[in-house]
Amino acid sequence: MSHKTLTEKIFESHLGREPKIGEVVVVDVDFAMGQDGTSPLAIQKFYEMGGKKVLKPEKIALVIDHGAPSPNEGFSNLHKLMRDFAYEQGLKLFDIGSGICHQLIPEYGFAGPYDIVVGADSHTCTYGAIGAFSTGIGSSELAAVMLSGKLWFKIPASIRVILSGKLPTGVYSKDIILNLAKLMGADGATYKALEFDGEVMDQLSVDARFTISNMAVEVGAKAGIFPVDEKTKAWLKEHGRECNKELSIDPLANYESTIEIEVNRLEPQIALPHRVDNVVGISEVGDVPIHQGFIGTCTNGRLEDLEIAVKILEGKEIHPKVRLIVGCASKSIYLEAIRRGLIEKLINAGATIIPPGCGPCVGTHAGIPSDGENVISTANRNFKGRMGNNKAFIYLASPATVAASCITGKITDPRRYL
Amino acid sequence: MIIRGFAHKLGDDINTDYIISGKYKFKTLDMKELAQHIFEDIDPDFIKKIKPGDIIVAGKNFGCGSSREQAPLVIKNAGLSAVVAISFARIFYRNAINNGLPLVECDTSGIEEGDELEINLEEGTVKNITKGVQIKITPLPPFMMKLLQDGGLVEHFKKYGGFSIE
Repeated sequence: MSHKTLTEKIFESHLGREPKIGEVVVVDVDFAMGQDGTSPLAIQKFYEMGGKKVLKPEKIALVIDHGAPSPNEGFSNLHKLMRDFAYEQGLKLFDIGSGICHQLIPEYGFAGPYDIVVGADSHTCTYGAIGAFSTGIGSSELAAVMLSGKLWFKIPASIRVILSGKLPTGVYSKDIILNLAKLMGADGATYKALEFDGEVMDQLSVDARFTISNMAVEVGAKAGIFPVDEKTKAWLKEHGRECNKELSIDPLANYESTIEIEVNRLEPQIALPHRVDNVVGISEVGDVPIHQGFIGTCTNGRLEDLEIAVKILEGKEIHPKVRLIVGCASKSIYLEAIRRGLIEKLINAGATIIPPGCGPCVGTHAGIPSDGENVISTANRNFKGRMGNNKAFIYLASPATVAASCITGKITDPRRYL
Repeated sequence: MIIRGFAHKLGDDINTDYIISGKYKFKTLDMKELAQHIFEDIDPDFIKKIKPGDIIVAGKNFGCGSSREQAPLVIKNAGLSAVVAISFARIFYRNAINNGLPLVECDTSGIEEGDELEINLEEGTVKNITKGVQIKITPLPPFMMKLLQDGGLVEHFKKYGGFSIE
């Protein structure tokens, strides 16, 4: 038996034969998703292609999350187009209040080990955390999947990322992936798949792994896949999926290159404006005043992220010159955070809770900064104008660093509160 | 396919948010309207500087970031004829070809703002007419070339009723 990368193993399960790196294949897609920034164009393309009925409606979901609830009439009309289409075609529709697509798809069991999942959103690579090959596509391709159930792929070469050592206090999965962006650069893995393993995996919850896989695209990667372990299996079971198949890294597989991150040497990381790979350790940041903090998004809006933030904010108040915005990644996370008392503690610390969704991260609504302001955010992108104002500055960090910075009013090492 | 036009030079890592900002693209499917805001966050006057047929020339990793297909559509609807770059991000690469927007991968370091270029996709060459030099290009993979020649993914599906990779 030959040695294979995780990517090769997943494609082999669909092709029924060994794939060759670099070959173009057409495969059946296990699930496909679109959000409100991409689905309206996909619906238009579906009809332009001559589409009448979606081939496998049970394998498609449309999610209204980028402007939820609608911030303006333009958005409202596009939402209506999605609702009408989903209803007519019998597609699963996640309407406002449901949450962010990249939390909902795994939460509802629509992605799992060995699945090939595509989504009209670049952060679809998130589901690699639970052993799926998942990747972002455009609207025309979503239309093609709705029509045919298939998509073409070029089998990518893989880069192995070994996470070694032990996570120090105050350093989280967000710091690991920001550090990887620094090491690889914004195009360091273009057209490649990242495959993660190493002893740190045992210290990373599935929530923490989602954060890492989510940002694989920020180094240009097509996918960011973790092997399946007992934690993955337990998480899948909780979310209605059984998994009896193993998916593990074969060190003898044909990896194009290997990168090792010794996490015990990391301090909290910050991506400075206006690039995700413009990363420094927190000790190099200096005095940076903060006007707004944002905890949420498909990167860091999960229960564990809220717990980390509350651990720092509990019993304290944010700086009088700072606004802190918090949004959960899904309705079920929001409800569980209420049950555990996390939301009450966040509000008491001065946070403003927004409905589950993408809003501030993509600059659609619910937290657009003013000219010249600095924002520290748990999101995955800090491009100029990303949050809706091209005269603002966005710093990316872990939920812990965002929480600590909101207390002091300047970028702050969270370890002083831990 | 021969494309002739004048170069507009941009840098490395031009992301799709810069091509068309999220604050506009979520509101409408009218690409002509969105095209008025092309590259607005990095150059508010960009739309005033371009003429029909002009070519974008960029560094590495053009089109990184979001999967928004509005990005190549806005480039087309602004009247631009092609994008020439050292390299492209993968989702943008597919989205552009799927909409019949020609992309050319080559060394762009010698091309300057305003240079007149002639791209021959079949021959795999870019002629810098202003400088009198010819640049070798990395050809499109055969299936991408077929999609481009078909006029994009919609036309490809209308022609074959599905993906035809042979």
